[in-house]
Amino acid sequence: MATMQTQSKNIYTSTVKHGETLLDVQGLKMYFPVTAGTFIQKKVADVRAVDDLQFKVTKGETLGLVGESGCGKSTTGRAVLQLYRPTAGSVNFGGTELTTLKGDELRRFRRRMQMIFQDPFSSLNPRMSVEQIIGEPLAIHGLYKGPERAERIQYILQAVGLNPAFARRFPHEFSGGQRQRIGIGRALAAEPEFIVCDEPVSALDVSIQAQVINLLGDLQEQFGLTYLFIAHDLAVVRHISDRVAVMYLGKMMELAESNELYQNPLHPYTKALLSAVPITDPELERQRERIILTGDVPSPLRPPPGCVFNTRCPIAVDECRERIPEWREVEPNHFVACHRV
Amino acid sequence: MAKLLEVNNLKTYFFTEEGVVRAVNGVTWDLSEGETLALVGESGCGKSVTAMSILRLIPNPPGRIVDGQILFEGKDLLKVDDAEMRSIRGNRIAMVFQEPMTSLNPVLTIGQQIRESIELHLGLDGEASTARAVELLELVGISEAAGRVNDYPHQFSGGMRQRVMIAMALSCNPKLLIADEPTTALDVTIQAQVLEIMARLATEFGTAVLIITHNLGVVARYADRVNVMYAGEIVETGTATDIFKRPRHPYTIGLMASVPRLDATERIRLTTIEGQPPLLIQEIPGCSFRPRCDWAVDKCDTDHPGLEEKEPGHFARCWRNPLVDAKTQVVTAASAAN
Repeated sequence: MATMQTQSKNIYTSTVKHGETLLDVQGLKMYFPVTAGTFIQKKVADVRAVDDLQFKVTKGETLGLVGESGCGKSTTGRAVLQLYRPTAGSVNFGGTELTTLKGDELRRFRRRMQMIFQDPFSSLNPRMSVEQIIGEPLAIHGLYKGPERAERIQYILQAVGLNPAFARRFPHEFSGGQRQRIGIGRALAAEPEFIVCDEPVSALDVSIQAQVINLLGDLQEQFGLTYLFIAHDLAVVRHISDRVAVMYLGKMMELAESNELYQNPLHPYTKALLSAVPITDPELERQRERIILTGDVPSPLRPPPGCVFNTRCPIAVDECRERIPEWREVEPNHFVACHRV
Repeated sequence: MAKLLEVNNLKTYFFTEEGVVRAVNGVTWDLSEGETLALVGESGCGKSVTAMSILRLIPNPPGRIVDGQILFEGKDLLKVDDAEMRSIRGNRIAMVFQEPMTSLNPVLTIGQQIRESIELHLGLDGEASTARAVELLELVGISEAAGRVNDYPHQFSGGMRQRVMIAMALSCNPKLLIADEPTTALDVTIQAQVLEIMARLATEFGTAVLIITHNLGVVARYADRVNVMYAGEIVETGTATDIFKRPRHPYTIGLMASVPRLDATERIRLTTIEGQPPLLIQEIPGCSFRPRCDWAVDKCDTDHPGLEEKEPGHFARCWRNPLVDAKTQVVTAASAAN
């Protein structure tokens, strides 16, 4: 009986089946106010971190989210999880609208949605042992009480490739790769369906990076997880994702199946981004043509009118400076926001 | 090509309370004029300590260069006095650091910081040095340079700051440019801008570049030759094509297979190198890669392998001599040394 409990206890039954839409995001906006004034704080502007996104995530798949720093990919992940309450838009998770949930109702949903963070050093409490870190979500959600909890923790440690004998140790006793495994274990403990992985391998050395990527893949298969995988490394995202979305300055530029996006990019920003990443093959790499974008990303405080990419776009025309391009499905399952496609 | 820099049996140790850390443990390599050499390896393998040793910037205590020679234009940098070293640093040898946010002084203007080395090493002053600063900023692609020399670092973006660092490094036409993870903190499109500028200037001025990076894509694109470091030693060295197409050390083979490729259409499971790099505090009698190596035999426990020439100009430090089949990617050990 003990082994039964440590595996799956069916705390709830998800109505969403493999291959059906688990997450449906429509018109998501996340603005952060900028205030000024010494005594009376007045709102003077908005940072438009995420501006009008729409996408769906299917149960069991990995949706990759790429873009440069400040493009709003992490904010998107947090707004989906309701860690930030969105300014506008809808986030539908398995048939329930999350943006209007509050208090206990929201907390119940939080168990089904978890997050893995980038920095394995600052995202773990140094005063808590591994056992306490992994046990905390179980305590919060009142799962696996008494001796079952210790068993569950041992089971999780094994699942993420850590020696269960390390349960009493503290984060500082582990290497970066091992700490990331603890963070993954914490996210897995309460049996979530959906995990936002925010740059989970960026802080790790390449050989350790490969271990964690493989682990995430194995866990997805084992527990039927759905991932929103946020990263700036395009090769890693291609490797792990079924579909990939490209963001720039708070907007989604393009979304397609991985191979389609990497082999047949349509948006000029996606093309430039892909050409800027060198391939690990000296002969091929030196023959590749690259599109070097000039200038920097504009401030999200004052995004340019029209298409936000127009200031750096090599093929921009007048229309791009005047009208915001709409999000269209140009080929089946291939979405793009560009007037010139 | 003439040898610009020769590093012979360099050993840099750190004397800590826990014991002696052999951060760089007997590395030998050279760099010719106009050549780009990459130092690759995981964190803690001794890449940055090697670079800091060349500039004699190792903090002492706890660090000390205990043995070796660093011949720059025929002169041993470990023997010259501090004044002469200062005249070389920033002048004949320049360095670009990883963090563009922290390596510029926030209370001095960009112009003041670029002029510092121009005035110190080239003896220019006043308008001449300002003119040179503007010229350098234009060279690295900063628009409206004449106006921007009076700006402070916080008014520049990360990519622009890194370009300012390159402008400073190039201000005295150095013979050798050391770039320690120059683009790690930057986004890919900005990384491409910065690296293209560095490569173009290196070609134009015939500057030799030592680039330290863990990004294998950057190495594939820019490096002529590659030194792979592991646990304070060079485990493999050769041309970029040698290293990427015909790696001969199990660590290099593992490293290549553990990086997902941007142009891979099929999802194959990544090969991992299990375990961790060794602590450099213990003396390792045999091969330092032994605990993580799939090919190890008894000899690897006891005998330290030397750098052996596998093909002209391509050296690896391994008893087993593995070979990767170019088509099937299957690895076989050529010699069952035991």
